[in-house]
Amino acid sequence: MRPMAPYKFRRPPESGKIPAMHAPVITTGRDLRLDLFRGIALWLIFLDHIPSNLVAWVTIRNYGFSDATEIFVFVSGYTAAFVYGRQMRERGFVIAGAQILRRAWQIYVAHVFLFAIYLAEITYLANSFENPLYAEETNILDFLKQPDATIIQALLLKFKPANMDVLPLYIVLLLLFPPILWLLMRQPSQALAASVLLYVLTWHFNWNLPSYPSGHWFFNPFAWQLLFVFGAWCALGGAQRLSTVLESRATLVVAAAYLVFAFLISLTWYLPAASPYVPQWLEELIYPIDKVNLDVLRFAHFLALAVVIVRFVPRDWPVLRSRWLQPPIICGQHSLEIFCLGVFLSFAAHFAMTEVSPALWMQVLASALGILIMIAAAGLLTWYKRAEGRSPTSGPKKPPDADLAGGEA
Amino acid sequence: MRMLVGTFAALLSALVIASAAEHHSCDIPDYLLSANNDLKRVTAVVKNDHRLTIAVFGTGSSALAGPNGPASAYPARLEAILKQRLPGIAVKVVPLVRSRQTAEDMAKGMEKIITDEKPDLVVWQTGTIDAIRRVEPEEFRSALDEGIEILQNSRTDVILMNMQYSPRTEIMVALGPYADTMRVVAQQREVPLFDRLSIMHNWSDTGAFDLFATGNDNVLASKVHDCIAHGMAAMILDAAHLRGNEQKTVQ
Repeated sequence: MRPMAPYKFRRPPESGKIPAMHAPVITTGRDLRLDLFRGIALWLIFLDHIPSNLVAWVTIRNYGFSDATEIFVFVSGYTAAFVYGRQMRERGFVIAGAQILRRAWQIYVAHVFLFAIYLAEITYLANSFENPLYAEETNILDFLKQPDATIIQALLLKFKPANMDVLPLYIVLLLLFPPILWLLMRQPSQALAASVLLYVLTWHFNWNLPSYPSGHWFFNPFAWQLLFVFGAWCALGGAQRLSTVLESRATLVVAAAYLVFAFLISLTWYLPAASPYVPQWLEELIYPIDKVNLDVLRFAHFLALAVVIVRFVPRDWPVLRSRWLQPPIICGQHSLEIFCLGVFLSFAAHFAMTEVSPALWMQVLASALGILIMIAAAGLLTWYKRAEGRSPTSGPKKPPDADLAGGEA
Repeated sequence: MRMLVGTFAALLSALVIASAAEHHSCDIPDYLLSANNDLKRVTAVVKNDHRLTIAVFGTGSSALAGPNGPASAYPARLEAILKQRLPGIAVKVVPLVRSRQTAEDMAKGMEKIITDEKPDLVVWQTGTIDAIRRVEPEEFRSALDEGIEILQNSRTDVILMNMQYSPRTEIMVALGPYADTMRVVAQQREVPLFDRLSIMHNWSDTGAFDLFATGNDNVLASKVHDCIAHGMAAMILDAAHLRGNEQKTVQ
């Protein structure tokens, strides 16, 4: 396996007091494409989470099978392997495992915090909502009648309101990650094979985690782990091994053809007049495209996107260093914070649309303002990190993953 | 930056033009009502027997509360409109409202409805409760399949009707996957889908109705139900290839 480039947050030169015991700084630095695409995915997730938002027409879910969730989960697996893989090699399984679990805990706390904000919004809306047309829809608020059960089930990650499914998925993926990472670093192919096997068995036996009050997880962790582990596998040398395949012209042609196919199919979702052109056998073959269990079509669509992107956006693309791409990149570098902020902002945007105006100008304003706030927050977090990096009290004893928190899983 | 401001200004002016063109009626764009699938039994019974029995099998959103509720809810309005548009045909619309039932619960009751009511057409309104309870999409799908199969086996025509567009509760419940499932099942089973979700969304976008409004009275709700009934009547006549009387403005 090729030695990995150490994961390094770019600092201004004067703060480069990296302790010698840390791995040598390799000039290639981190792969900014990961941050860029994760940042963009965070924006798209925000736009998709605002209901009835016409601006969300720009998001990729309308043009194919996969959506921003796939990008987010893949990049998260990639960066998690990058960060904790290095920790595991340098400091051993126990330390790296403990760091991963601490990260899972941070995400859990963030999820509970978001849940509190969500409760605040909907209890307010519940009190102001009175319309006989929607007598049935007010059943949504039934769970408020049993706060005892609901809040406990929410803390157990079994009760998850709409749009709050990603973080619980992430928590479970990280909880499972220490042994997977251990195996990935020793037997990468076996680890990937085990992940594929788990995915296949999950489809075969319908494994999933239970939800409250009924049903199962919207993002089935046993299926979605495939993308996360695949990302981790790529980070730990898999991408190099695939490079001959990735660079072949045939792969590019197949990927592009598949993207076009997915685009044509997605057209029929919005133009009912086009749907008769899809033959019956094809419909029966592809539908339903199962998001819960990460349908193979979705996974393949993500792979095809990745092949095309890797081809046209090289790692050392100078534009990646330009000022214009800094906003999505810094958002991608603080993914947990910006993700949570995005969920909160989508609630706020919906709130503004209900209480002020649902008109298109409000949709545009809320979308644009939301992304600007995400960028501003990411800028602030970058500034904090730099400031702390400079401060004398935060010397070499700083826990390594705090350095890297931005790029973490 | 200048480009951003320019884009924003262009969007705003587009909006002003768009809102000037908005119209206040319950018009439904053709693409939202186009039924690719026929209602063969409806055609036959209307032509041969001069009668038509429709069962509206739905949940809470197929009814309205209050003393005038039943008369102004869309099943009763549908009956009135069809009677007027199909003179000489004995039209009966039976509302069978099962509040809080999921598609699976309803599919289980399908046999009984066929034997009790002997409908020629069942308008099956579902999806809301499943979305609220977050029933697994795959279970929802097989429940729809099962219910439609029972109806088709007894040669009863079916129209699927999806959820209401409810902007205020939109962030609390993800209707999307359930609406998609209903569209796919309707396509595969070759039954018309009355896309109430998109239709009401369209009314909200054009300003035909302010669905964000709050208030205790049934004024808005009655108007919306009346428009739903008009749309449903148009879809039934179209899918059954019946040329009804031109509709009078009943408002």
